[in-house]
Formats: sequence, structure tokens, C-alpha cells
Amino acid sequence: MLGKLSWQAIPFDQPIPLFAALIVIATVIAVLVVVLVKGWLPYLWREWITSVDHKRIGVMYTLLAMVMLLRGAIDAVMMRSQQTFAFRAPGYLPPEHYDQVFSAHGAIMIFFVGMPFVIGLANFVVPLQLGVRDVAFPTLNSVGFWLTATGALLVNLSLIVGEFARTGWLPFPPLSETTYSPGVGVDYYLWSLEISGVGTLVAGINLVTTILKVRAPGMTYMRMPMFCWTVLASNLLIIAAFPILTATLAMLLLDRYLGFHFFTNEAGGNMMMFMNLIWAWGHPEVYILVLPAFGIFSEVVSTFSGKPLFGYRSMVMATMAICLISFMVWLHHFFTMGAGGDVNAIFGIMSSVIAVPTGVKIYSWLFTMYGGRIRYATPMIWSVAFMITFAIGGLTGVLLAVPPADFVLHNSLFLVAHFHNVIIAAVIFGAFAGYTYWFPKAFGFRLHEGWGRLAAIFWVAGFYVTFVPLYIVGLEGMTRRLQHYDVAAWRPWILIAAAGGVLTAIGIGLQIVQLAVSIRRRDELRDETGDPWDGRSLEWATPSPPPAFNFAVLPNVSGEEPYWGVKQRARDRLKLSEEPEYEAVEMPRNSPTGFVCAFFATLMGFSLIWHIWWLVIAGAVGAYATFVAFAWRDRDEYVIPAETVARIDRANRQAREAALARLRRDQ
Amino acid sequence: MTETVALAHNDPYALGHGHGLAVGHGGGGPASKRIIVGYGFWIFLLSDIVMFSALFATYAVLVERTAGGPSGRELFDLRGAAAETAFLLLSSFACGLASIAAAARSARWYYIAMAATCVLGLGFLALEISEFARFVSDGDGPTRSAFLSAFFTLVGCHGLHVSAGILWLLTMVAQVFAKGFRADIMRRLLCFALFWHALDIIWVGLFTVVYLMGVYV
Amino acid sequence: MAFAGHPRWLRLAKLKQGPRWRVLERVAAIGALALTLSGCDVAVFDSKGPISEANATILLDSVAIMLAIVIPTIVAIVAFAWWFRASNPRAQYLPRFVYSGRVELVVWSIPVLTILLLGGVIWIGSHELDPARPLASPNKPLPIQVVSLDWKWLFIYPDQKVAAVNQLIAPVGVPLQFSLTSGSVMTVFFVPQLGTMIYTMNGMTTHLNLEADQPGVFFGLAAHFSGDGFSDMNFDVHAVSPAEFSGWAQQAGAAGDVLDAQAYRDLAKQSANVPPKLFRLADENLFQEIATQKIPPGPGPQSGGPNPSVSAH
Repeated sequence: MLGKLSWQAIPFDQPIPLFAALIVIATVIAVLVVVLVKGWLPYLWREWITSVDHKRIGVMYTLLAMVMLLRGAIDAVMMRSQQTFAFRAPGYLPPEHYDQVFSAHGAIMIFFVGMPFVIGLANFVVPLQLGVRDVAFPTLNSVGFWLTATGALLVNLSLIVGEFARTGWLPFPPLSETTYSPGVGVDYYLWSLEISGVGTLVAGINLVTTILKVRAPGMTYMRMPMFCWTVLASNLLIIAAFPILTATLAMLLLDRYLGFHFFTNEAGGNMMMFMNLIWAWGHPEVYILVLPAFGIFSEVVSTFSGKPLFGYRSMVMATMAICLISFMVWLHHFFTMGAGGDVNAIFGIMSSVIAVPTGVKIYSWLFTMYGGRIRYATPMIWSVAFMITFAIGGLTGVLLAVPPADFVLHNSLFLVAHFHNVIIAAVIFGAFAGYTYWFPKAFGFRLHEGWGRLAAIFWVAGFYVTFVPLYIVGLEGMTRRLQHYDVAAWRPWILIAAAGGVLTAIGIGLQIVQLAVSIRRRDELRDETGDPWDGRSLEWATPSPPPAFNFAVLPNVSGEEPYWGVKQRARDRLKLSEEPEYEAVEMPRNSPTGFVCAFFATLMGFSLIWHIWWLVIAGAVGAYATFVAFAWRDRDEYVIPAETVARIDRANRQAREAALARLRRDQ
Repeated sequence: MTETVALAHNDPYALGHGHGLAVGHGGGGPASKRIIVGYGFWIFLLSDIVMFSALFATYAVLVERTAGGPSGRELFDLRGAAAETAFLLLSSFACGLASIAAAARSARWYYIAMAATCVLGLGFLALEISEFARFVSDGDGPTRSAFLSAFFTLVGCHGLHVSAGILWLLTMVAQVFAKGFRADIMRRLLCFALFWHALDIIWVGLFTVVYLMGVYV
Repeated sequence: MAFAGHPRWLRLAKLKQGPRWRVLERVAAIGALALTLSGCDVAVFDSKGPISEANATILLDSVAIMLAIVIPTIVAIVAFAWWFRASNPRAQYLPRFVYSGRVELVVWSIPVLTILLLGGVIWIGSHELDPARPLASPNKPLPIQVVSLDWKWLFIYPDQKVAAVNQLIAPVGVPLQFSLTSGSVMTVFFVPQLGTMIYTMNGMTTHLNLEADQPGVFFGLAAHFSGDGFSDMNFDVHAVSPAEFSGWAQQAGAAGDVLDAQAYRDLAKQSANVPPKLFRLADENLFQEIATQKIPPGPGPQSGGPNPSVSAH
């Protein structure tokens, strides 16, 4: 009836996971109780859970990413503290638990923090920047989000029921085969990634179609803001790379569930094929994460320098070059497999070639700052910290692309420090810059500056104090994923790295404080006009938060930085443009399809992990029925009457008029 | 048009040497729903083809790894595979007829053509399942060797696509029956037809790489 | 370009003669030296063999090449970020500075030139230091067969007909010709002070050539996560004089237990933190039999780990 599931799956005998599980359960119950008691459920259901508004979905993606960031950060703190105590001692985490912690940390940070963060920001911003009312496939967009959430839920469920993978963030066979990992951990990993992978693919298709086919009149390719370009490149990579991941993990699933021999030691299986396939996805994945972050920095640096982006065309070219080359470098992840001089040399050179377009990007931001009037609001602080830190990460990255150097650095903590150097400095700092930058657009008030700056300083300091020692200890030969160690020379650096972990944790704490303070003092932080940073692209032409329809009238784009052009004319003439003629707007209706579908996907994933076959079938039937029900509905859209559109737009025009009046007075 | 050019010249922030209209496409505003849906589905099909490429690549790597078991030359029955090809291509033709019938809003011909598509698709599946059953009963199932794992996965994944396609087909028939040729249903029909034809393309690759090259090369 | 067995092989880079280069190389070297002094021994730079020395040289040279571009970039970032702050009235505001052909030329060509230079280093380095490439030496190389097991290392000396677990005895000045495979999952063989690491995989043989050029005890480890006992999968390399080595081999052959297929099967069972042990090699083809899977790979967890979901299977 319940397959492999029994009371034994709950870790009653292990205090740490049990305690963690209890905290998670208590938090979830507390949130549910508050929601129910306060009567928020109908509101949440109507306005968020069933919403197909790209802005709401974007916010939910971002929220998911931030919650999972907390989980991943706790894992990180556990790893750093374990290594602190585990010098010639067992520490407090036994190997079978420690191995789950580092596996979960990596998988969560990549799949459930990095991915939802960049996809969430893209979802929120791209239609606004393109000057349109919605994405190409609004309901599918909601399905994509909820499937990603399903994956995250399953990963967290493994904390309470059973175990997570003990094989690292990528489950290399044969260790991940049933012979060596008979537990459910790897199955949790595989099914949560298969399900969230479908969600990611859907998001990718949606965003690419949106950018290529749904743009405001006159918004030609070479007028798109840089963030749209990078999101396009990133999502093209999703479409080309994620199917490889899906296929590869499916093969491993077949090995584990049905006794196939893709990657086993026996019957001709070939584990090197897994290495090739997984990195054929894995390296583009890095650029899937980092390209949108580059886009965010482009927007932020340009806005806060008060200048258009320097070398826009070069930036577009560099972005697309990175997009292309990222598929030709995967072998650098295993130079030490003995592929031979020619193969290693070619992949080494290709890998370092990526540094060229990336370098061009750094210079573009540099020359955007040149001649600027740089205002150091929090997003700009993240950006400058990024540029400096990323230059170092690029250096160590190219170093790892030199095979003979990689021969002594591969898999070491030097490597760990390198990819944290690029992922934290680019993806995480970029996501935080974007979060601070677009927060007022989403909620109508800015985040508190003081706490934000302090958080940024702690994060940056925490990064350096953690990872510079890890670079050094990697040069001392320390490999990654050690549960304990005996080498005295490593000890001091590990202790310093632990201190860095504390600093970063304080940074995260400060961000929570910042959010709380900002919500409490939202009235004084209010963004009245919808343009809090003196922005340049079309999202700032809308009120904050934008109405469901984004733009009362689709903007007519006649050049780069269309909003800046409009704003300059208004400033020159001290007068807003003429009031447009308002028309009724049709918007897509909400739909619970995504949520219900994800519910069934969760059932299916869980029952597949525990071999509860009847429930698998029930889940599949339920998911199919959900789609049929959606396909059967008769009305897709609802109409917002012209008067409502006019009322909302006039209110915003009034606020902007007031800003112009202030300008007139000052002159 | 001239106005836009003039504006671009006045725009001090125009980039690059051009100082004219920025080049690029899509100046006309959001595309129509039909174009958006078709375009998005094409992208999905591309991603599906990428997934199949991963399976093809895997098959190519593992084709020699028979672990002492039978190779493709010993196993494959080309006549069966040729019959499968015929069924699938004919069903694609029937699917094309269904699209024409739908475009002509002819419900009767639409049902007939979809029924033919379905029957031919089921015939394909029956042949494939009987081939699989024969292999398994001879002890040459997917657990026998890495080669057979790859074979069953590659061919079986296509078979799963066909099965899902048939479920979709039946759903589309029911939808037209219940709702008629509504605009959104016509868009879905377009996607279904694209899907069904794409499965042919994949099968042609499969027939060549697995069966023909398996027997003759 | 025969491999000279010395870091001087990188003389290809006559390019790097300028004074600016010297400065950068010195910066990189001082950094390394500072690390060496503060951290007792920075293994990767504390070379005890020619391969390690060459690895370290390439590493430092690559860093130096890149510092030539990264340091000015970082300085420029800091300088521009500071000078063009909004509160600086002396900074010129140039809102129209959005394109400059000259700047574009420079920002594309400098990275390209750097990567061209580095590409040369990569190409030559990858070939010269290919792990499978035999070392030039007047001495006859010593073949050593390495089998990674859960979670220990088995070193087989086919010529001496002895084997050792978690202990590698190597004669100084003699090229060590490693053939490596795995008796279970995939992992990596790595002795930081001797240089280049390499994967071990079941059913496959990889090749690695190293040499120790001074006596001593060096730390060796598994450098790819291989399961719960991974952290204890370490070994010591004892580099001794050739005379001591033959003495050791004779002693080991006389004193050790017998290593045949049966003893190997016992050894292949999962165990961690295994103390060094010596064997007399009874089955000369043992390594080939493991590498060609005539002897099946080691079993996984037998009675399950402490986690209930493991034992439930």
C-alpha cells in the first residue's frame, strides 16, 4: 500500500535532522494558522495562487528563491562549522548526514535559489521593459512556477521523510547507482529536479517567445534593454540545455528503477557518458544563471551613472557569443580524466576564450561609469562589489581552464572558492541588486537604504573572509567535501573561513531586518511617481506597483531608452505628454491550473520516490484531468473597462505632474 | 516613418555610428495569438529534439557495448520496422487531412481523418510493443546490456511520445465535439499537428540510425 | 620540445622578458611565497617532483599573465567608481559618451591578446604535461598499479610482486609509471606535492607519470567524493632511496599476507580508516582482472548505514 514508506523513514534517532524537521513543520503550521485565522486565504487564492499575472508570478518566484536561500545558507553554515570542529575529530555531523548537507546545499543553491531568482526577476521585469501587458503564455507561466515550487517542496520533504542524496550536487554514477546508494536520497534528488526541470523549460519557452514575439510597437531588437537581451540568451540556453539534463537524469532513473545499464559498472554501462552529458548541460547552466545577472548590472550601472550603457552593440555581441561558446567548453570539468593533450588543450583554449566577451562586458560597465554621475544607492554598491570581485573570479576561472594548473586544483577547495567567487559575486549580488532595484516597482515603496548598505558590506566582507582562505587551502591540496581532516596546515584557514560564514550570516540577517524595517516604514519610503531611481527603460513609465495591465496604452517606441527620451522631453518642456485616449483592456483570467497541477505532481513525485505505484497513477490521472478542465473553459479573458484604465493612469499622471511642478519650482 | 527617423536624429542617446533607425525586426507590436502559440510550440519541439539528441548520442556511445549479448544485427527485423514507418507516415498524412478538414470547418471529415490518424498510430504502437515483447521474452530486455538499455530508451521514448500524442488526439476530438472549431481549439490543433509531424521526423532519424545502420553498417 | 623534467620547459615564453612581466611574476611569486611562509607548506608550490614543479610554474605564469590585465582593470574600476561619484564637482559629466571606436577596439583586443598568449601556454602545457606522457629519465621507470576501493587505496608493484594498502613507497629519482583503475566507484588519485591528479574508474585504466626527486613523506588523498568513508581515504607517500626501496620490497614480499583474488574480494568490501598493510602479490594479473571487470566491482553497503531508509532496501 505505501511502498517503501514506513515509520522508519522518519529520523527519530537522529537529533539534528529531527530538530530541523520539527522547526520546518512548526513554521509551516504557524504560517498556515496565521493565514487561516486572519482570513487571508481567499485573498491569497484569488490574487496570488491562481494569478497568471507575470508580475505576481515573478514575485512568487523571487520569494521562493529567498526562502530557499535561507535553507541553503543554513546548510552552508553547517558545513563550515562541521569542518571547524572536525580537525582530528569527528565533528558533530556524521558522514551520512554531512554528505546530505553538502549535496542539498549545492542542489538547492543552483536549482531553487539561483534559477527561481533570475527567472522571477525576468518574469517581473521583461514584459514591463518590452512595453507590453503580459507574457506569451500566462497560464503556462503559472504552471512553470508551481512545478518549480514542487521540486523545492520535495527537497525539503526529504529532511523529514527519508533522506536526501549523499552524492554531491551532481549525482555522479556509479556512486549514485542502487548498488552504492540504495536509499531514497538520490530518488528525491532526481524526481525533484525532473519536475522542476519541466517548470524551468516552460519558463524558458515562455520568456523566449515573449521576447521574440511580444514587444511594444517600435521595440526592435537593437532597442531592447540589455536585461531583455541577457534574459533572451539565458532562456535560449535553457531550451537547449535543460532537455539534456532531463534526459540524463531520466537515464539514471531508469538505471535505478528498472535495472538499465547506462552508467553502471556492469553490463557495459559507461559513467564517463554521464560526466559528458551532465556537463553539456552543466556549463551552459552557469551562464543561464549569470547572463541575466549581467543584464541586471547593465541596467543598474547605467541608471545610477546617469548614462546610457556604453557599447550597447558590443554588449549584445558579447552576450550572444557567451551563449554560443558556453556549449563548447564542458570538458574542462574533467581535464583530469586522462583525455589526452589535444582534447584538453582545445577545451582549455575554448574555455578561456569565454573570458574575452566576459571581459568586454566588464569594460562596458567600466566605461558606462566613466563620465557618469554615480549615485551610490544599494543596487550600485552591489554592482561595484560585483565588478571587482568578479574580475578576481574570472582570473581564477581562466586559471582552472589551463589544464596543467587544473591538474593540481581540480576538485580542490580552490575550485570551490572559484565557483563561489563567480556565483556569489555575479548571480547572488546581481539578484540582490535587482531585488533592491525593482522592489519599489513591485510593491510601491523602496527598501531601506541604510540597512541595505550594511547588509551589502557584510555580504562582501563575508565573501572575502570565507573564500580567500578556501583558495589558499585549496592550493594546500585540500579537496572538497571532507567530513573531517587531519592536516594541521589547513586548520587556520578553515577557522578564518568559518568566521567569514558568520559575517555572511549576519549579512543575511541584516537583509531580513531591512525588509521588516522597510515594510514598517513603507509610508516614508513610498514611490509616488513610479520612477524612484530616475530610470531609463519602460518599466519606470508605469506606476508602482503597476496595474494588472501594466500600460494604459502600449508605448510607441522610437529609439533606445524610450522612457528616458519621453522623460527628457517632459523635463525640457516642463509638461507631460498629452493624455492618451483610453480603451478597454482584455487580460487573461486567473486559473488554478498551475497550482492543482503542481499538487498532483507533488503526489506523483513523492509516490515515485517511495514506490507507491497506485498513487503515481492517481497523480498522473489528476494532472491530465486538470489540463482537460483548463482546456474546456469557455472564457480566457476578462475586460478592464476604459474608465478603470483611465482612473489608474490619471492618478499616476497626477503624481508625475506633481514631480514636474516641483522641478518647475526649483528652476 | 520619416518622423521616427527625425526623432532618432534628435535623440542624443542614439547609439553607435548608425544615428538612423536602429536595425531589427518586430517593430509592429505584439504578434497575433496564433503566431505566438505556434512559435512557442515550435520552440518546445526544438527542446524535445534536443532531448532526443541526447538519447541518440547515448545510443551511439553504447551501441557497441553489448556485454556479450546480442547486437542490433542479430535482433532487428527490418520488415517490422519498415511497417512501423509506413504506419507512422500514413498517420501523419491522415493528420494533415484532419488539419485541412478543420480549416474547412468540416466536422465529419475531421473526425474521419483523426480516426484514421489514431488507428494508424495505434498500429504503429502495436508493432513496437510486439517487438519489445519479443525481445524481452527472448531474454534481451533493457537490463541485458548497455546497448539494449539505450535501444529501449531511445525507441521507447519515441513510443511514449506517440502514446501521449494519441491521448492528446482523443482529447482534441472530444474538444471539437464539445466546443466546435473555436479559435483557441484551432490553435491547439495546430500544435497537435506540429507535434505529430515532428514525431515522424524523429522516427525517420531513428529508423535510419537504429534499424538501417544497425543492420547494414 | 622534449620534456626536460624541469620547470624551465616553459622557456617557450621568451615573450615574458620585459620588466613589467618580471614585476607581475614577482607579485605572483611573492604571493606564493607569503602563503608558503604563513601556511608552513603550501602543497601545490612545495614541489617534491618535476611534474609538480612544472604544474606550479604554469600556474604562477598564468596568474602573472592574467594579473597584467586584471590589476589595471580593478584599479580602473575603483578609480572610476570613486572619481565619478555624483558628489564630486570636479568630475566631468559626459552623458553622451556611449560609444567610442577606439575604446571598443582596445576592450576587445586586450582580452583577445591575453587569451592568445594564454592559449599558447595551454596548448604546450597540455601536451608537455599530459599525464600519460612518460618522463625522460636515465633510470628505468617503476610500474605501479593503483586500485581505488571503498575507502582505501591498493598499490600493486607488479615487478616486485608486492602490494600495499594506503601506503605508497616510491624510490627517489625513478619515474613512477602509474596505471590506475577503480574497484568500485569513481574517484581521483592525488599527491599534491608530486603534482597532477587523475581519475580512477571501474572497467577502465588511466595512466599517470610522476616522480619524486627528494626523499620525504608526502600526503596523498582521494580527491573526488566517493561515499561515506571518503574523508579517510588518505595515504602517505614515502619517497626513499632506490636502495631502501628494494630493501623494503624484499621485506614486504617476505612478511606480507598473500594477495590473490579471494583476499582482494575481502579487501574490496566497504571499510574506512584502514591502517597501512603489506601483501605478497600471488596473482600477477590481479590488476588486469579488476580493470577488465573479470573480478566484479566491490559491493556497496552491506547491512546499510545508520539511516533506516538505506537498510530498508
